[in-house]
Amino acid sequence: MTVTAEREARAVGKHHHGSPRRPRTRDSYALFLLPGVLAFLLVIVVPFAMNTGVSFTDWQGVGTPDWSGLANYRELLDDSEFWASFRHSLFMVVAMAAVPTVIGLVLAAALFDFVGKHFGSRTAAVLRACFYLPQVLPIAVAGIVWSWILAPDNGSLNELLQAVGLGSWQQDWLGDPDIALYSVMGVMVWVQIGFPLVVFMAGLQRVDPQLYEAAELDGAGWWRRFWHITLPQIRPEIHVVLTWCTIAALKVFGAVYVLTKGGPGGATNVPSYFSFTTFFEKTQVGYGAAISTVLTVIILLLALVGLRLQTRAEDAEEGLRT
Amino acid sequence: MTTAVRRYPVLVALVIAALFMVLPFLIVTMNAVKSPAEYSANGPLSLPDGLYLDGLKDFWERVDFGQKLLNSVLVSGAVAALAVVLSVLNAYAIGIGRIKGRTWVLAFFVLANVLPQEALVYPIYYLSKEAGLYDTRLSVIIVFTVIQAAFGTYLLSAVLGQFPREIIEAARIDGANKWQVLWRIVVPVSRPTIGVLLVFFFIWTWNEFLLPLVMLISNDNQTVSVALGVLQGQRLMDATMTNAAALLGVLPAIVFFLVFQRTLTRGIAVGAVK
Repeated sequence: MTVTAEREARAVGKHHHGSPRRPRTRDSYALFLLPGVLAFLLVIVVPFAMNTGVSFTDWQGVGTPDWSGLANYRELLDDSEFWASFRHSLFMVVAMAAVPTVIGLVLAAALFDFVGKHFGSRTAAVLRACFYLPQVLPIAVAGIVWSWILAPDNGSLNELLQAVGLGSWQQDWLGDPDIALYSVMGVMVWVQIGFPLVVFMAGLQRVDPQLYEAAELDGAGWWRRFWHITLPQIRPEIHVVLTWCTIAALKVFGAVYVLTKGGPGGATNVPSYFSFTTFFEKTQVGYGAAISTVLTVIILLLALVGLRLQTRAEDAEEGLRT
Repeated sequence: MTTAVRRYPVLVALVIAALFMVLPFLIVTMNAVKSPAEYSANGPLSLPDGLYLDGLKDFWERVDFGQKLLNSVLVSGAVAALAVVLSVLNAYAIGIGRIKGRTWVLAFFVLANVLPQEALVYPIYYLSKEAGLYDTRLSVIIVFTVIQAAFGTYLLSAVLGQFPREIIEAARIDGANKWQVLWRIVVPVSRPTIGVLLVFFFIWTWNEFLLPLVMLISNDNQTVSVALGVLQGQRLMDATMTNAAALLGVLPAIVFFLVFQRTLTRGIAVGAVK
């Protein structure tokens, strides 16, 4: 397809060579959008519309869906499992957005400002690579690694505690309903931390070193420089990271599937896993669609707020410059 | 100035933190090369006595790991290439063509990008069954081409929006049409960004879990991620097998990481800020 089109185009181009320019119609560029628009209609728009439609019906996945209006949504309001899954989502936001952002900021500043300056950028790059490594790992594989490390019998963590004389701290990390959620959170911090770190380190390169030098001459210590220069300067990056990580936290699925399957007793259930089991194990497709629609609305609202914050920050910055 | 006495504790603390990050990889590697007897005698924390590779070999044969690798490479490679083409076409219209209503079109792609796959998964499952594409690698390739192109369009449109207009004008005056401008000028000049996108799409697709889990049920079609996730979910693996699985799952990621390290770190920075 592409090749023929190009060949034709070439022939046409040769033909027109040297001839006066045709008036350019801006909208003929719209043709280039055609494949994209068709593909998006097919894979995103139509399925999304179907999912939303199905959420207003009672459907088992076969036969014709029965219109039930808002019944699914009314049922959700009374479903303690649903509320629990969203409560767990908040924990995931802490583990995947809040904690990695804070740690990432301190690490990025320390690596860039301190290690980079005193020990060379190579050392900083190697350390950064170590922190980033879990980010390229498939979440299924990370799950295998951690569920084995956190296993109650013979798991490395329990063995390690035993070895250093803290045997009484041993736990069934993923099997105890009181602890499992925190264990999953710990794994997610490990998975996520590299992303803010890399973004922040890139952001720090924009900061004018003279600002630091001036502050240093004024006798400002490392923390004060971090607080008064680094943080305000990379605020756009912080907004982006917080928005993306929060959205990622709300979508968490693979980690829960592989580590705990939402258990024990629903202690680590999250909306995406909840909708997955409702779709494919309970085959209550209408109800599952309602769960995922609520999740979508929340994520889209967050994304809009995030975009708005970002553009407002950019506007403010431009306002300062002019 | 900071004295050496004050400098080193910070470095040591950072190195310890970095070691903690890679520790799980080290433990997995250590245990994947232990024999089951050695593992049960000495536990997970001892250093291996020698190289025992039968565990890895057994696991490889038992799950037909070569086939899984091939599936992952095929799906991720096809998605990366096709999604880049789709992104380039979209971004050409938006960033350079500046078509009417481009802000809305772009907003649409951004929203498509953040949409949770949970809100698409059942209809995609249902429609692909209707179309006879269920449990084929092609179905996963089609779906992820579009999902990844949403991000690619967003990023490339921003980059092409900054494209020097004079170059395009000059080519147009020389008689080049829009196709020629796109393939002979815009694409070659944007090669760095396109390279970043290729790497990202490949790795992201490699790591995808939910949709491939739903769409690829037969053993011959599963990707590495899905096969390992399903095995883990069944809780049938013993310690040696778990470590073999983990190591074989980790290795491709480490290879990508080493090969693409620069692109990855540069690309995240580009992608995050605009």
